[in-house]
Amino acid sequence: MSKRHLLALYGDFDQAEAVVKELRNTKISGFDVNDDMIVKSPIEHPEVEKFLGEKPVYVQWFTLIGAVLGGSLGFLGISSAQANFFMQMKGGKPIVPLPPNFVLTYELFILGGVYITVLGFLICSALPAKRSPLYNAKVSVDNIGILVKAEEAAVGALKAIFAKHKALEIQEEAGK
Amino acid sequence: MKDIREDIAWAKINQDVMKSLENPRPLYWVILFFAVLTFGIGIGCEVYQYQMGMGVANLDNPHVWGLYIATFIFWIGMSHSGTLLSAILHLMHADWRKPIYRFAEAMTTFSLMTAGLFVMVHLGRLWQFYYAVPYPNERWVWPNFQSPLLWDAMAIFTYLSSSVLFLFVGMIPDLAIARDNMHSGWRKKLYTLLALGWEGTDRQWRNFRVTYLTIACFLIPLAVSVHSIVASDFGMSQQPGWHVTSFPPYFVAGALYSGCAAIITLFIILRYVFKFEDYMTLPILKKIVRLTFAIAMVWTYLNCVEFASVWYSHDAVSKDLLIQKMTGPYAPFWWAMIFCGSIVPLVFAIKRFQTNIPVLFATSLLLNLGMWLERWMIVSPTFSHGYYPWTWDHDQWPSMIQWGIVFGSFGWFTLLFMVFCKMFPSVSMYEVKEMVYHRTLHLKNNGTAVEQTVEQGVH
Repeated sequence: MSKRHLLALYGDFDQAEAVVKELRNTKISGFDVNDDMIVKSPIEHPEVEKFLGEKPVYVQWFTLIGAVLGGSLGFLGISSAQANFFMQMKGGKPIVPLPPNFVLTYELFILGGVYITVLGFLICSALPAKRSPLYNAKVSVDNIGILVKAEEAAVGALKAIFAKHKALEIQEEAGK
Repeated sequence: MKDIREDIAWAKINQDVMKSLENPRPLYWVILFFAVLTFGIGIGCEVYQYQMGMGVANLDNPHVWGLYIATFIFWIGMSHSGTLLSAILHLMHADWRKPIYRFAEAMTTFSLMTAGLFVMVHLGRLWQFYYAVPYPNERWVWPNFQSPLLWDAMAIFTYLSSSVLFLFVGMIPDLAIARDNMHSGWRKKLYTLLALGWEGTDRQWRNFRVTYLTIACFLIPLAVSVHSIVASDFGMSQQPGWHVTSFPPYFVAGALYSGCAAIITLFIILRYVFKFEDYMTLPILKKIVRLTFAIAMVWTYLNCVEFASVWYSHDAVSKDLLIQKMTGPYAPFWWAMIFCGSIVPLVFAIKRFQTNIPVLFATSLLLNLGMWLERWMIVSPTFSHGYYPWTWDHDQWPSMIQWGIVFGSFGWFTLLFMVFCKMFPSVSMYEVKEMVYHRTLHLKNNGTAVEQTVEQGVH
């Protein structure tokens, strides 16, 4: 069954929080509050995360993997280059000297960490992305948007909740 | 005094910053003209040097390093300001950094790009630059991984690419604002492409916060390592004047110092040129000035440590070199370094000068002159008063070609920086909104009546 999208805009975070709380407490058939709701805000706002509930962030795992890979592959790469550098006379000194290699390993550890963190950010945030079905540029100014996806039967109830909390604007569009 | 007014409407923040992308004051074009002119002179000198060889730069034996390497260190140092303001102050939750960190990050990126050029200019034989890249040539000869010069290449590449990513990631929400507010045209297409479809969803912000914090955590040790490695280029040699234990912290302090001084200069210029008086406020300037003063005193202390350790050591050649710097042909520049680096910043200790824009502008330029002289005084005197007596009458005065390329680098940096500020938001809109929001909340929680403004959209 096709779902429709609704976007309600609010002037401050308190109103948006009240709407989210009411949506959580009200059972509306054809609308799942956990999967069908997105809150959009013009600033990073920890309170939004609080009232939406704990959601995991996995970026730091990408960081760990990137840093470990960067450091270990870097060290292996440099060491194998040194081991294959037959023309350099070593005169009894170690073929793979650890102190200077530590410096380069350290740099590559950071390089890997930063690159893969950014990759992780793009993957976890699903970026680059197409515009969502309803987008209002006011969200990038000063409005807080609540975008919901619901079956036809639930649209009326959702609109009523949005209107009750004095939405500045409600946009509606048929989804896929 | 408050860092920013709490009654600025969020819509006004967007409008003001978006206006800076279109209508700067006429001074912008004057600065751009001089930047292009200076850069053109630098290009002309480089082309001439390329055609004629390094002799025209007056670089010879024993003076194999000259202004090019000194200016390379200077630009690397300038890059540390972005890390300080963005990363360190971000971790310390210093809200006042928010209106100014973006241009500091841009400064980091462009000064690293400028520094990188000097490595090539210094080589002379540009076509052999590839040898700094870690891969073997056709005879299977690898670069020497034990050399600090190769560490330098790796560290600068890591720092430059990480800084570009840090700048870009931090700018994504603002690029989305620019995308939403720009009239159709190539710029709208560019912002749409770079904004990556950002919509400010809770999921995006959650991941954004962790990503930004993580890269900030990486950048701090990276910045310290970069300048420590540059210090190792000197410190790990046996040359008098360079073989000093305190060089890495001394270089890092010098880097932060010159970076902060440059931030004051650019703060004053951007504030006027882009009409950012509401965001780049005097209380924020005062905080940067105090920070710069503190770093200046650390730098002065480390200078004293260096002099004392040379003076009381048993290394007669190093001691002679120090005396030579103070009394020999380089003395005017050495004393100018001490004056500009240690005496001039005392102006910052006087309260009424901490917000006096003409005084601060002149002072910040003098500080940067001092920091540039510092790098020159590290590099050149050692070559003319080293271990070999035959070098002692080989004082070197850089040729016009060297000076031309050094001036050209300032034109190149200014050109990149000013074009960036006109193309991209140089004040972080979303972070300034956060700052305004936090201030409003703070006043609300303290029971202070916040006068409601008639402007729409105030939170």
